[in-house]
Amino acid sequence: MANTFTRTLAALTGLLMFAAIYMTFVFVPTEAEQGIVQRIFYFHVPCAWVAFAAFGIVAISGIFYLWLGGQIWDDLGYTCAEIGMVFCTLVLVTGSIWARPIWGVWWTWDSRLTTTLILWLLYGGYLMLRAMAGDSPQVARFAAVIGIVAAADVPVIVVSVRLWRTIHPAVLITKQGQHGLTDPRMVATLLVALAAFTALFAWLLLIRFASLRTRSRLAALERELNLIDAAAGDL
Amino acid sequence: MENLGYLGAAYAIIFGVIFLYVIFIQRRQAKLDERMRAMEARLAEVRDHLRRRSAD
Repeated sequence: MANTFTRTLAALTGLLMFAAIYMTFVFVPTEAEQGIVQRIFYFHVPCAWVAFAAFGIVAISGIFYLWLGGQIWDDLGYTCAEIGMVFCTLVLVTGSIWARPIWGVWWTWDSRLTTTLILWLLYGGYLMLRAMAGDSPQVARFAAVIGIVAAADVPVIVVSVRLWRTIHPAVLITKQGQHGLTDPRMVATLLVALAAFTALFAWLLLIRFASLRTRSRLAALERELNLIDAAAGDL
Repeated sequence: MENLGYLGAAYAIIFGVIFLYVIFIQRRQAKLDERMRAMEARLAEVRDHLRRRSAD
């Protein structure tokens, strides 16, 4: 049942991704000012959406872990932090590639770029803690706190282009409260790409979460076996 | 077609990174499955031993 659902989701992700690629490279008109390089936008924004959604789930699962305990919340947080990190890296890299021909530099200490880099560093610290410090409940509690605190940066990134002077385009919601996409085909392409990346996120979440659940069950079985070994003497 | 290289690089990196991440997940899962099989075999051995000991 679970495998059928995962396979169906994988097929749906593939279909949506194909549609998003077709729309990005064939359907959507070229933007007048920036030219062809603006098409990076149709995958750059969905990468940011997945990263923010994943980090949001890290924070929520962290709250539930601290409140209720339960390995499942810790596994969910760890899974989403890892996926969020992958997509946050893609946001920074694709943003940098987009910036080079438009701004003339690979990187600038703009408010949105800087706050996104801070988010990347915070969750980098989270994942390093998980990788280096082992799987004890104390580490899981520390990680939950870091996950919650780090997620506070997400709304700061979202509103940064409206709060501070910035050269980053406010495409989705401008300072005037409108969106900056001039053609309805641009909106349609962005929506399809967002759907494709949401499906991809759900699929990655399912397969990585299943993997972490197996790891947790294995650790529990190993502990049980060690106890039996100790009680029964040398087997 | 100015800046086509930048566009190609961005999309190549996006799909390359996602592909590598999926491979990473699959490899991890394969290793865990292998450990799980070894663990199940060891558990069966322990249960068998305990059963024989209680029968004695």
